[in-house]
Amino acid sequence: MKAFYLVLFAPFVSFALLALWPGLRRSGKPAAWTSIAAVAVSLLSAIALFFQYDGGVHEVRWVWIPLAHFPSLTVGFLVDGLSVVMALVVALVAFAVQVYSLGYMSEEPPASLGRYYTYHSLFTFSMLGLVFANNLLEAYIFWELVGACSYLLIGFWFYKPSAARAALKAFWTTRLGDVGFALGIAVLFAHFGFLSYDKLFALEPSHALFLGLLGVYVGAMGKSAQFPLHIWLPDAMEGPTPVSALIHAATMVAAGVFLMVRLMPALQHTPELLHLVLWIGAITAFLAATMALVERDIKRVLAFSTISQLGYMMAAVGALSAGAAFFHLFTHAFFKALLFLAAGSVIHAMHTNDMFAMGGLARPMRWTMILFLVGALALAGMPPLSGYFSKDEILVATAHAPVPFALLMITVFLTAFYMFRAFFLTFTGEPRNPESHPHESPVVMLWPMGVLAILAAVAGFFGSTVHEMLNHSLGFESLHSGEEHHPAWIPYLGLGLGLLGILVAWMGYARRIFRPERVYAAFYPLAKVLEERYFIDHIFLLLYWLGYNTVATVVGFVDRYIVDGVVNFVTWATFEVGKALRRFHNGVVQDILLGVVVGFLILAFFATGF
Amino acid sequence: MSFRALLFLSAWMFATGIFGVLSRRHVVALLLSIELLFNGVNLALLTFAWAYGALSAASLAFLGIAVTVAEVAVGLAIFLLVVRLTGKAAADELKQLAG
Repeated sequence: MKAFYLVLFAPFVSFALLALWPGLRRSGKPAAWTSIAAVAVSLLSAIALFFQYDGGVHEVRWVWIPLAHFPSLTVGFLVDGLSVVMALVVALVAFAVQVYSLGYMSEEPPASLGRYYTYHSLFTFSMLGLVFANNLLEAYIFWELVGACSYLLIGFWFYKPSAARAALKAFWTTRLGDVGFALGIAVLFAHFGFLSYDKLFALEPSHALFLGLLGVYVGAMGKSAQFPLHIWLPDAMEGPTPVSALIHAATMVAAGVFLMVRLMPALQHTPELLHLVLWIGAITAFLAATMALVERDIKRVLAFSTISQLGYMMAAVGALSAGAAFFHLFTHAFFKALLFLAAGSVIHAMHTNDMFAMGGLARPMRWTMILFLVGALALAGMPPLSGYFSKDEILVATAHAPVPFALLMITVFLTAFYMFRAFFLTFTGEPRNPESHPHESPVVMLWPMGVLAILAAVAGFFGSTVHEMLNHSLGFESLHSGEEHHPAWIPYLGLGLGLLGILVAWMGYARRIFRPERVYAAFYPLAKVLEERYFIDHIFLLLYWLGYNTVATVVGFVDRYIVDGVVNFVTWATFEVGKALRRFHNGVVQDILLGVVVGFLILAFFATGF
Repeated sequence: MSFRALLFLSAWMFATGIFGVLSRRHVVALLLSIELLFNGVNLALLTFAWAYGALSAASLAFLGIAVTVAEVAVGLAIFLLVVRLTGKAAADELKQLAG
């Protein structure tokens, strides 16, 4: 089990090297290779760890802050089935993305490329730290670190105002959730006096446990882009596409789901909270999928799709089926990273994100087309690709709740439709922009996609492995999952809806049997609502103006004229009294001494009382 | 001499010093009065040292005497410079300290 030190600290070493050695960082390619070598070490160790893993729960811990009236705060690392599998996924996707970035970011100046890889190393380390953390506080620290890396990488092209704004928006929105997380941790610590997972999992159901976990869930809502805190993820697409693939599709945004899965042994005691998680997950899945229907930007379609799939995972968590949630996280990481990298390959060739300016790319970019198709089929849930198996499990798990189940079922259709809308718009038909001369991406970009494509295709067959590994995780032996009955028709219905979605997209965007523009015009008000993303951004803006700004104005007034006013009055009064007393100070030493003597006598009188 | 008499002497010296410091105009007289003040305090210190057998207080008085010598030297030097710069030797005519 010692391999996990290498898994975790190899990226940290490369981050430290790049951060502390400016010469290396600014050199560009060598910096990139340093980071890639580190993540390769991490990946190999993660593979070794996976195969060495003996099915037990291994923990190392140290006392971090000894406290007098509380049990001391500890830090440590937890190596169990969940963290082993998750670390493997993180290291694998991180490796593929870093290699891909060599091609995608090849036009960056060397110093900028070094900065890019420095952030990537820090991100990989932080994400792995979050995976291996053995208590909530440590998880929170790494949680904030991945958030900071996300901020830095979304705003990587900070000279673009839209990127700088998107980075801030992502940071503030997730921060809103993180306040909940921090409060949850505070409640748990104040009430129970410990934060390590093994002790939290042994707790009986209680009010404080509910409040604490609710706070943690609010944090997960921000990170995993759950409605209504999902607004940052579409804008986060301003970052470089490989970043979107790694952070905003495969790993960081899945951290919220990961944390929920990790806390499942405690969450099972709070059925009300799980109910909320289920509903919000299903609503998120549905709303995000509808917003993807009218999106023109290929990356944003994928972003909405990510939000939607995260909704699926959260719904599975809410249905007490951590296994289905984690399995979908596992397969989604591969096919969504693949889709993003393939989209990046298209963007790299076309220098635009607008799908309506693409078209006919199947011929010049055959490999990218095939890879994108594999990802899209997996996402649409077509057997035998991975998405079919994991989505199926989620649908089965949520079958007991009619409304969320119906929402998720409709979303299956929507998912297939918007993915193949994107596919047909991008790759089939005639080129809509005759001035562009697309070319296939370099091999260094193609083969990381190839690896992910193979995984996206076959990951579904590892369902039983993932479930078994999860059952070896901390606290899971006592967990009773909610899979009692599953109607046999659910997989067929899901498959049928998926096929229907593909068919409709094919009729509308490939064969032109019906005109999507006319449908758009016929339902213009609805389409406008979708394009404006249900005005949720506007609602947030309104809340900001009405709520935040009003409070800030009042607080600002109080601060300026009352708090500062008191301070300013004290200085003013001191100054004026000083001016008045100056007249007694005539500069004659003996008069001053007389003052001293008289003052002393007065003091002596009061001190002795004679 | 008795303990009380010694303390009385010291208080008398101190009071005389205060009177001198506050009433004499010439700066050298001021310095002399300060010496008187100082010696009054030193005497009180030694009186208590003698009465209670506290040698540390006596050594403190010795240290004080040494410091006084230095102080007088510095004070006289400053006084000479003041006289040279302003041509005045009366304390109530030196008003540069006015606020």
